[in-house]
Amino acid sequence: MGFTRETDHGTPPAIATGNNVTLTIDGEQVTLPEGTSIMRAASLTGTAIPKLCATDNIESFGSCRLCLVEVEGRNGYPASCTTPIAEGMVVRTQTGRLKQLRRGVMELYISDHPLDCLTCAANGDCELQDQAGAVGLRDVRYGYDGATNMGQAKDQSNPYFDFDPSKCIVCSRCVRACDEVQGTFALTIEGMGFGSKVAASQDDAFLSSECVSCGACVQACPTASLIEKKVVETGTPDRAVVTTCAYCGVGCTFRAEMRGEELVRMVPWKDGKANRGHSCVKGRFAWGYAQHQDRILNPMIRASVTEPWREVSWGEAIAHTASEFRRIQAQYGTRAVGGITSSRCTNEETFLVQKLIRQGFGNNNVDTCARVCHSPTGYGLKTTFGTSAGTQDFDSVMHADVILVIGANPTDAHPVFGSRMKKRLRQGAKLIVVDPRQIDLVKSPHVEAEHHLPLRPGTNVAVLTAMAHVVVTEKLYDDAFIRTRCDWDEFQDWGDFVSEPARSPEAIEPLTGVPAADLRAAARLYATGGNAAIYYGLGVTEHSQGSSTVMAIANLAMATGNIGREGVGVNPLRGQNNVQGACDMGSFPHEFSGYRHVSDTATREMFESAWGVTLDHEPGLRIPNMLDAATDGTFKALFIQGEDILQSDPNTHHVAAGLAAMECVVVQDLFLNETANYGHVFLPGSTFLEKDGTFTNAERRIQRVRRVMAPLNGHADWEIVQLVANAMGLGWSYAHPSEIMDEIAALTPTFAGVHYDRLDAEGSLQWPANDAAPDGTPTMHIDGFVRGKGKFVVTDYVPTDEKTGPRFPLLLTTGRILSHYNVGAQTRRTANTAWHPEDRLEIHPTDAENRGIKDGDWVSLRSRAGETTLRALITERVAPGVVYTTFHHPDTQANVITTDYSDWATNCPEYKVTAVQVGLSNGPSDWQEDYADHARRSRRIVPVEAAE
Amino acid sequence: MAIAHDEDGVMSTGDRLIYMANQIARNLASEGTERSIEMVADHIRSFWDPAMRRRIVELAHSRPETFSAIASAAIERVAAA
Repeated sequence: MGFTRETDHGTPPAIATGNNVTLTIDGEQVTLPEGTSIMRAASLTGTAIPKLCATDNIESFGSCRLCLVEVEGRNGYPASCTTPIAEGMVVRTQTGRLKQLRRGVMELYISDHPLDCLTCAANGDCELQDQAGAVGLRDVRYGYDGATNMGQAKDQSNPYFDFDPSKCIVCSRCVRACDEVQGTFALTIEGMGFGSKVAASQDDAFLSSECVSCGACVQACPTASLIEKKVVETGTPDRAVVTTCAYCGVGCTFRAEMRGEELVRMVPWKDGKANRGHSCVKGRFAWGYAQHQDRILNPMIRASVTEPWREVSWGEAIAHTASEFRRIQAQYGTRAVGGITSSRCTNEETFLVQKLIRQGFGNNNVDTCARVCHSPTGYGLKTTFGTSAGTQDFDSVMHADVILVIGANPTDAHPVFGSRMKKRLRQGAKLIVVDPRQIDLVKSPHVEAEHHLPLRPGTNVAVLTAMAHVVVTEKLYDDAFIRTRCDWDEFQDWGDFVSEPARSPEAIEPLTGVPAADLRAAARLYATGGNAAIYYGLGVTEHSQGSSTVMAIANLAMATGNIGREGVGVNPLRGQNNVQGACDMGSFPHEFSGYRHVSDTATREMFESAWGVTLDHEPGLRIPNMLDAATDGTFKALFIQGEDILQSDPNTHHVAAGLAAMECVVVQDLFLNETANYGHVFLPGSTFLEKDGTFTNAERRIQRVRRVMAPLNGHADWEIVQLVANAMGLGWSYAHPSEIMDEIAALTPTFAGVHYDRLDAEGSLQWPANDAAPDGTPTMHIDGFVRGKGKFVVTDYVPTDEKTGPRFPLLLTTGRILSHYNVGAQTRRTANTAWHPEDRLEIHPTDAENRGIKDGDWVSLRSRAGETTLRALITERVAPGVVYTTFHHPDTQANVITTDYSDWATNCPEYKVTAVQVGLSNGPSDWQEDYADHARRSRRIVPVEAAE
Repeated sequence: MAIAHDEDGVMSTGDRLIYMANQIARNLASEGTERSIEMVADHIRSFWDPAMRRRIVELAHSRPETFSAIASAAIERVAAA
């Protein structure tokens, strides 16, 4: 793809009414939807009306007066951006008078704008420059001797973009983008008349303002006033490739705008159906890790983790890997080895890793990071609905009347979707937040939750069952939906269970801490407020009753008929970019791709026929089971692609002990991550910019990842797995990831219609995509549940065994922050550290005061599992008795604190509930000191000797 | 090893398997005794690898007092399969 700008129609599409109007523009008759602006109508018919303050992802504003047109029978010259088309209207966009007026307007703009086009970073990519040309401006009659706004100091505080007020034309596009698209309201126009200027927050520097660096303002700016530093440094791009972001489960698509082989900027793609042209600070700006000096580009091996790494050739590394796995299996048995697929890698790569394990290792010891995040979603939704995925597309939220957010923090963890949600809330949808913390959604500019239920960590099931109690006892359920779509007998059993007085809001208030009246009001709103949609995250799944909570959510949605149409549904917000895909591809030890159990003979025979081997019919080990077996001496080798279990998984001590007990740990990654400190083979990985493939986002949307530059390490990750497979004698011959997807489609009914030519043509497909749903499935369970009748499951509240007491009186819950992603391996190697240089412990002022802790003090954080130190952040965002931290920094290792307790059905760790004590500290814990020393020595590298 | 692997506070594998079986049984107990026994057995058959199943059967014989009634009955069915 060469470089062409995306077409900008000036104003957004009209809100669909179903009515069309016919008008004439410059002599041509056109028929378009009612409500369309004249500007958009003209653009759609090939006429670009000059404009400056209009762009099609924000509402029209009508301030620049450049887009004036003539309308027959009307006086004056209306702005085409703010004037809707009408039946029989006759519009002229090019007349002598209009040219004169536009030239006069442009002349005024240019009279207060630097004439430095040739040295301006936006030269050739500047709308002001283009429009000056379009209106034929040749001279400025006013001269430049009078007062101007030129020569003002630039704000270069933001690490990714500059603000040069001298080049600002005060069109307000940046302010409106911040308001309408991002919903942060960080920018404003300060002052009046000639003194008007763009200001962040209270005229603060961008970095210290409320700006969240989503880039919407930079994208909206028609001049070089807001411009990416990288463009200033590198120059404007000369080609663009559409690809998919490698952060978070929203799955934003971007134009990777390149200058030769160098990435200049990532610009959100307006046609992207997941992000609709928006982005967050991570996807938009934090891609510099791809070329960070820490990247490991040569394969390495070592006999023991106490030795330095030795750089070797790819051939030696691959042969050594294959030989070690074969040796260990010969010595300890077929099931003594396994692997972990990566939710950061593509579907094709994930499929190959599980194939390597099933076909090559001959067992089902494969697991994935979903074990520690959304495995309860898989279990819970498969049990109740029949399929392990969310029910809606993201656009669905724009049809919701009531939004229930439980255990999720979308504005931090899924920010682009969070912005969509806030947009809908500003339109009037009601919000219920169920969360121990006062997340931003509870109250932020122009958004306020109708109800915030600040439950005690670990009581999700009790709260949701009490909501169901209200729905059933007050007869707010959807009788017709349940009788038609669900098992009526199971509903009655469930209804009897939730109706018991012990499950009323009043009865559970003492244990949940949620006022009964608030809970009742929230339940009534959810059941009766119109289309009600539930969005949830890891605050639901990462509990000892994670799966029960997912099923309790599904029960609530079914009971109220909020399934099977737009605006409703059960929506897990997935953590990593391809965690949905990794699960779909057969990464769990009990399932083949498409969620079919390994004991299912027909499915197994299909794979056996395709792969030419007999496959194991027994479920394999989950990650925690692998680590247990390792410490017991029966599990000896692990192939890990693109995961850092030492940092991300619970109880770091135990993970370290398990890894240390193995004879061969293979780590395929971009960096020497924490897990690699226990590795014997390191296979350098490639970034999403360096390979082809697909990711599947939280709405089951399969989207292309496209290579924009050659892999620095020499191979895409799928090629590396193929090399290992062939060294083990498997005889793979994939020439391109599209061939892997063809195999996935042939073996997976829900992917039967997914092929690269269709993805390239359609942009994306939401599975199931097959003969029954040739265009994919934006909304699931429309006419019936995948399992037939929806299943109500009794979800009894079982308190966690992780108890507070005198030694550990506080509850720790962990989470994420906007600027960082997962273990931070990528984002810590970008300028995003400007916002979050370290993990901090949030603690309520009362708890801090009781311990003599001041804001910023170093504190020790201790649990039954371990101890670490970090600095305190005193805040009322957490309730008394609750503390909170993130796990983005290995220096802190928050998972030294978390325990082995896990979800009863899936072993998803109970990250969200750990009993802890907090006290003032003088320095790092023993673990931190020991680990820092171990990590330093483990990362020593002996370079390969140059050939003579 | 360069670093001590403090395993204090970590259950042994045997204890963890017992804990897991009892935890599954506790969460399914509201289904009624007979149904929950079958559901626990089915869960273990569906999600535990063969070595874990063998181990839990051994533990049910060697340390029967550590199992709830539902878990114990379910493991008997796993053993019989």
